Amino acid sequence: MDTKLIIENFNKSFKSEILEIASKNERRMIITIRSESIIRVAHYLYKTAGFRFIIASALQTKRGFEIHYHFSKDDVGLILNIHVVLDKNNPQIESLSNMFNASNWIEREMHELFGINFLNHPNLEKLLSEGNWAEGVYPFRKEIKTP
Amino acid sequence: MSKKTLIPIGPYHPLQEEPELFKLYCDGEIVKDIKWETGYNHRGIEKLSESKTYEQIFFLVERICGICSNSHPFAFANAVEEIADIELTNRTKYIRTIVGELERIHSHLLWVGLAGHFLGYNTVFMWAWKYREPTLDLFEMISGNRNSYAMFKVGGVRRDIEEAKIPVIQKVLDDMKKKVDLLAGAVMDDPVIHARTKGVGILTKQDVIDYGAVGPTARASGLAIDVRKDDPYAAYPLVNWKVITAEAGDVFAKAEVRLLEMYESISIIKQCLDGLKKEKEGDIEVKVKEIPEGIGNGRAEAPRGEVFHFVQSDGSNSPVRHKIRAPSYVNIATFKKSCTGQTIADATISLAAVDPCYCCTERMAVAYDVNSGQKIMNARELIDLSILRTAELKNNKIRPA
Repeated sequence: MDTKLIIENFNKSFKSEILEIASKNERRMIITIRSESIIRVAHYLYKTAGFRFIIASALQTKRGFEIHYHFSKDDVGLILNIHVVLDKNNPQIESLSNMFNASNWIEREMHELFGINFLNHPNLEKLLSEGNWAEGVYPFRKEIKTP
Repeated sequence: MSKKTLIPIGPYHPLQEEPELFKLYCDGEIVKDIKWETGYNHRGIEKLSESKTYEQIFFLVERICGICSNSHPFAFANAVEEIADIELTNRTKYIRTIVGELERIHSHLLWVGLAGHFLGYNTVFMWAWKYREPTLDLFEMISGNRNSYAMFKVGGVRRDIEEAKIPVIQKVLDDMKKKVDLLAGAVMDDPVIHARTKGVGILTKQDVIDYGAVGPTARASGLAIDVRKDDPYAAYPLVNWKVITAEAGDVFAKAEVRLLEMYESISIIKQCLDGLKKEKEGDIEVKVKEIPEGIGNGRAEAPRGEVFHFVQSDGSNSPVRHKIRAPSYVNIATFKKSCTGQTIADATISLAAVDPCYCCTERMAVAYDVNSGQKIMNARELIDLSILRTAELKNNKIRPA
């Protein structure tokens, strides 16, 4: 299956959920979706289309909190970034960790460093600081700067 | 339900070369559950990266890992060059690939040695580390450093491999092949190693997919994923080589994959050296004016698996966000599968089998509050915290799994 077909099938399945599609080249795609649809989209990619979850990157911008979920289709070398924008004051999204274990640690890390809440995560404990860091201070947010 | 005994490995343990804490919950000899505590090495590199320029970040990411110090700059370069649409010269591609593969050889030898050490088989440890030494000498010759080579920059490499150095590298590779033969023979035919590693720490294909494991850990379970083949970069599409896989998923299969991969690496470097000879003179960099706005997803196959760098640029000279995913981050999580149900003695080698790199996994800088300008936590507080934690541990206040 080539990249075009994969993306066409994806677009057909999730027509109403897609907000924006951007592509740098045929091996890199960024698709912005509604954050409510993340479970359905991830389920499709992981179970039906044979994608592998690489990692997720959270970032804080003027729009609020954004997450890029990076999925890889290894046989064609495609990296598909599923991009969601979360609310500025109350960032939360459904956890993917009940579907696959690969997202378990990174969701805990994003929760710890950015303060994003992952709903229905099996164990949303701190990953890195093991409770040694002040509660409610999220070190990777923009209000905290490095020297 | 019977009472479980907690056996800690770490945070400082003579066997492990880096600080980490494994809590093994055991019932008699058998490990029933495992919990991992980390954060000892967390240096906040992702956050720090946002305050550095693209040129400086190369030196920063190189210090994420001391063993595969080339793979992070490799992936970062791939990400930035994707944003700026840079086409590299062939000479750059060859040199990058040579450095990358030399690193794989030295890293795999290091692992074979450590694996021997974990099994209590110190002869293997001493052999492997002795044979690894010439590759470090090559690095010193090429870059001036045995480790942290500082070879990469946006659009090129910092140092050329001149024609006079090519025969020296070839000779080391020829010698290396004989040493790998010897080591492979000794490891693959040794009944003691068979007894200690076969059927131990098995990861099934489904486990690998579930945890998203990468590199030799995935390939030893029959999943042929390798970024060098799947999403080729640098000179990998220009040379002939094959992806090594094994089916068993146990520790032995992981050792087998790593040993056989060294032969492929030797072959790749030789082809690249031939390529360099053909190229003769050529630029080792292209001029880069600016990094435009955009998103780059760069990846590279490190000795331990896929390194992934996500870079978002706003057109200024430092990134808005730089996310780093090292292979050990996903590979270490598989411990839950590979160690549970094993005996304690087998747990150590199962832990070592993924070639874990804790420094890669964690990436903390001193943080200041923007409004007050005060440090959020100072050195004294950190020391007090550590005294407190030691006292807690002495009173057996280990948090439950």
